[in-house]
Amino acid sequence: MTRTQETSASWCRTAIWRPRVGKLRLALSLCFALFCGPELFAAARLNVVVTTPDLASIAREVGGDALDITTLVRPTEDAHFIDAKPSFMVKLNRADALIEGGAELESGWLGPLVQGARNAKLAVGAPGRIACNATVNMLEIPASLSRDQGDIHASGNPHYVIAPSNALKVAANIADRLSVVDPSRADDYRQRLRIFQDRLIAKQVVWRKALEPHRGRQIVSYHNSWPYFAAEFGLKFELFIEPKPGIPPSPAHLAGLVTAMKEKRALVIFVEPSLGRKAAETLVRSTGAVLVPASQFPGGIKGTEAGYVELLDTLVSSLAQAFAQ
Amino acid sequence: MSLDGSANLTILAGALCLGLAQPGLAQQASEVQELRSQLQRMQAEFDRQQALQRQQIEQLRRQIEALSAPSTNPAAPALPSSSAKAQREEGSRPGWKPSDPIRLAARGGKAYLDLALDVSAVAGASTADDIEGGTQLGGHDPVQRGFTLQGVELGLSGAIDPYFSGQANLLFQIDSSGESFFELEEAYLETSRLPAGLSLRAGQFLSSFGRLNTQHPHAWAFVDTPLANGRFLGPDGLRNLGARLSWLVPTPFFSELSLGVQNSHGETAFNFRNEFEGDPRFHRPQTVGSLASVNDLLFTPRLATSFNLTDRQTLLAGASAAFGPNSSGAGDTDTQIYGADLFWKWTPSTQTRGYPFVSLQTEAMLRRYQAGAFDWDLDGNATVNPDGSELDGDGDGVPDLVTRETLKDYGLYSQLAYGFTRGWVVGLRGEYVDRFHLGGYEASFGSDLERAGRWRVAPNLTWFPSEYSRIRLQYNYDQRRMMGTDHSIWLQFNFALGAHAAHGF
Repeated sequence: MTRTQETSASWCRTAIWRPRVGKLRLALSLCFALFCGPELFAAARLNVVVTTPDLASIAREVGGDALDITTLVRPTEDAHFIDAKPSFMVKLNRADALIEGGAELESGWLGPLVQGARNAKLAVGAPGRIACNATVNMLEIPASLSRDQGDIHASGNPHYVIAPSNALKVAANIADRLSVVDPSRADDYRQRLRIFQDRLIAKQVVWRKALEPHRGRQIVSYHNSWPYFAAEFGLKFELFIEPKPGIPPSPAHLAGLVTAMKEKRALVIFVEPSLGRKAAETLVRSTGAVLVPASQFPGGIKGTEAGYVELLDTLVSSLAQAFAQ
Repeated sequence: MSLDGSANLTILAGALCLGLAQPGLAQQASEVQELRSQLQRMQAEFDRQQALQRQQIEQLRRQIEALSAPSTNPAAPALPSSSAKAQREEGSRPGWKPSDPIRLAARGGKAYLDLALDVSAVAGASTADDIEGGTQLGGHDPVQRGFTLQGVELGLSGAIDPYFSGQANLLFQIDSSGESFFELEEAYLETSRLPAGLSLRAGQFLSSFGRLNTQHPHAWAFVDTPLANGRFLGPDGLRNLGARLSWLVPTPFFSELSLGVQNSHGETAFNFRNEFEGDPRFHRPQTVGSLASVNDLLFTPRLATSFNLTDRQTLLAGASAAFGPNSSGAGDTDTQIYGADLFWKWTPSTQTRGYPFVSLQTEAMLRRYQAGAFDWDLDGNATVNPDGSELDGDGDGVPDLVTRETLKDYGLYSQLAYGFTRGWVVGLRGEYVDRFHLGGYEASFGSDLERAGRWRVAPNLTWFPSEYSRIRLQYNYDQRRMMGTDHSIWLQFNFALGAHAAHGF
């Protein structure tokens, strides 16, 4: 849509300059009416910056064509560690709303960007600053904060969107807040929200049914980013390739992990695109475990580019397949 | 709230279905679907109510606690997760009691103040005998063989109110004679909601000149200050009291224009009105004088632009200048410093915790320094005073006479960093500083070490056990005209306590 705006603008320019006679004013108004007019009459699209692809996919479901979405984190990237590119500042400067995960997921890079963007619409507490963790029941909120526990988050584990029941809450929150930012489309957002919720709820039943036979099974992951997924589907993530959040695995830790995996019969490993494939392959060699490509973000693994529902579809089916082996 | 609305609608829809639809398999299926949806929504509403109740219970509990025995409680119990959750929802903070721990670090982004303590220390050795101010020009550099505390920095930052945010950096150091001292590096506020892409900063702050000058040492890729920065912007960097207006230019790519206006005197305005502790510089006495007009302030304009060369490569380029009077003449001599800087970084889309990456940083600077005329014959008797107050550089017994001249110097450094695997970075820096031509005073009284050409090459290796600690080993090969070659090796340890330090690009 931005592209069409740009092309129509360049069209205007060529149309003005081609006649090179006194009819400039006429040409100007003509081309304004032809190309820019409809753009002006239709309410302008909302510029929305979303930090992560999972939230972007949900925002797209709720907002549809009304939103012009810019996503800052790539699906294969580690969302904790993003370069605060100046181009992001420009996007944020022009944004009507910022949708973020919150719970310190983006705390390493988002603050200076928002400060540099000088956009009052995105100030903390403004309707346009949408922190998606606000309506979610956060897990693993630490009783005390100490970095000898590794990189823990004061507001709880920030990887909550991957549980469909949380995605429902996030979608509702986004719809509510967008309705405040853009009241003219409030009904639209609500309607699209209902459609998405119904679709997701129907899917949720299917996914739960698919994983029901595997209730209580163990899965190994690199980072502790799946507690919400585990709670949703009755699975267990108790073994991690990193000894503590953000601390790289030592050979001793991996050796201990091999024993623990055998004891707990944890023979499925979630491998995320940006996290420690090599260590996972070492574990496979010594335990015979199955690697399951996994991602928190749509597009992080092949075939999930279309969105959140497709991501969950892929995760659930490949997991069910792995358990069946 | 929308959940309530949609729940009502669903019930209505369900009722319509029951009333109007003929019984059939398809209808039955959709009915089950509807009921499921309804159940889900009721569940969500139930969760919300429960959270609300938890919150109320927690409030009551806190009231009871506050009323019973707060003073005898030695250590406040850790908050159970439900109460932390309740606070978060409530958006308020519990009243502080003397027995509570002072918790300033961010708790769920709800802190009034982010507090960070950053400690840098270095150990090493050098073949040079004049490390402090000789081979090493920076105020945070190693100053001696053995151990140096490069700095203990206390950083405080946070939103003041909806209109301003504030930041302060307090520096504690131990100098080469073992004396502890304190310095206010930065303390400023910045507006958060000026219109039209404008932003105003006021207070004590590092001038926006080039790239390295505005960074604190914990963000540097090397143990020490580059030679160009040390020589032209000063050991402590260019910083002073003042104000800066910056404008995010409405271009499709990032470009920012800024103008700083600051005091031009003091040791942190190194090449401006700086008294150099009463010592002569460039063979002239230094007189700071007082501010006579607006022109006597330090002006630092800067333009920074950034482009994404590809999806994974970003370039940031800047042009800076610093204009102000200097202390070498009778208030009519100026210094102009010009700078160009470039930063390029590549990170693949499959990065883990920011690795791997390659970055290149280059800065070039040029200084035009107007040096005033001065006759060292203070008492007018054409012979050197025995008390040494009159300089006699050529040793002819007659006090020296220097004429007005413009001294032009330049310098540049370029550094490459390669984060080859998680937590490991290898770096290489090359640098060169020199004068364009020998000054008139140098022709008469000998080459000035402060302007003499020199170059330095420094490879280093850094290991980050976590993002809060790092160990860095660096070797410096120094080549100074008139002084010869020196080798130095430094092992630096840096750690940070407290708030998650977010960094700009």
